[in-house]
Amino acid sequence: MRRITSLLFLLGLGLLIAAVFRDMAFGGAVLAGDAINATAAREVGAANFVSAVVLAYRGIDTLLELGILFTAAVVGGLVLGRPRPEATHDADAGFILRAGADLYFPLFLVVGLYIVLHGHLTPGGGFQGGVILASAFFIPVLARPGSSLDQRVISVIEGLAGAAFILIGLLAMTDGKAFLTPLLDKGELGTLLSAGSLPLLYAAVGLKVGAELAGLLAHLANAEAVD
Amino acid sequence: MDTGLILYAGAFGLILIGIGGIVLSHHLVRIIFGIALLEAGTNLLLLLATWRDGASAPIIVDGRVPALMADPVPQALVLTAIVIGVGVLAVSLGLALRVQQAWGTLDIREVRRLLERAIDDEAGVTPASSLDAPAVSGPLPGGQEERA
Repeated sequence: MRRITSLLFLLGLGLLIAAVFRDMAFGGAVLAGDAINATAAREVGAANFVSAVVLAYRGIDTLLELGILFTAAVVGGLVLGRPRPEATHDADAGFILRAGADLYFPLFLVVGLYIVLHGHLTPGGGFQGGVILASAFFIPVLARPGSSLDQRVISVIEGLAGAAFILIGLLAMTDGKAFLTPLLDKGELGTLLSAGSLPLLYAAVGLKVGAELAGLLAHLANAEAVD
Repeated sequence: MDTGLILYAGAFGLILIGIGGIVLSHHLVRIIFGIALLEAGTNLLLLLATWRDGASAPIIVDGRVPALMADPVPQALVLTAIVIGVGVLAVSLGLALRVQQAWGTLDIREVRRLLERAIDDEAGVTPASSLDAPAVSGPLPGGQEERA
């Protein structure tokens, strides 16, 4: 009976959504995008306009987004708790996974840092690179479940990165500009040292996202070991 | 067939499958996957709202400005949405893990039954349930015959 009502609900909802979809324009809606595409290279100096939007035009949103991720990490730690010291854990993985984890660690580290630091030039940025950095530190934990990430170091990195992001935003205010206005020289478009403070902001985002996700994954992995 | 129409159908399908997973399944992990699918469909829809045929990514490579660039605003919004989705997924999986540890099952009907019984035990009352047969004997209202 419940299944039938659920299916009926789904059918009705599908019809409703289809009705909304039918009246929607198929693409081509013009928001602020064209104006941003025309002026971002001059105003912000970033070759990747998505990064310009994320960090320069709506930087406060990104700060709040980091706040949400931080809340998720805190709630994850709160719900899962700290594993007991005497808690049993799985045995080490086989040779292939252990050797692979050792080989992948430097590779993931380099790729993650590259993506974070080139966020204003190529697709990618702090969030994407941060996730790769987190996996670099998490794969060794998968290979050797006994070893664990140091949560204290993680929270220090996380706090410093978040403070750096807010500090860069506040520095703009000392000049009488708005919070998180891009600072420093814009440089030559398309070079690594360009777009002012955007690479610094993205480095802070990358470290914060990487530390938070690595901490969350370590929490999940450890919680599984608690019986 | 129009490419845009296919992509829209994909977004519509993902949203519907996601909601269907939330409504129809009783397994907590499947419900969480339904939420993830719903998010994917919503993100696709958001990107498609400003979709243009043949537009390139809004990135300047080697100083060449593409003639037609995609809108960077929905892309930045979807980037935010994906990150928040990861946070939601992590917290809900953590909660599901705790449910499994506390009740030994991930079936929400089973968890509800165990939870209600635990609450009744704690309060010291007999579980509330409807009776299989009328509590009083004799002719039922409406002139029906007494059930055997």
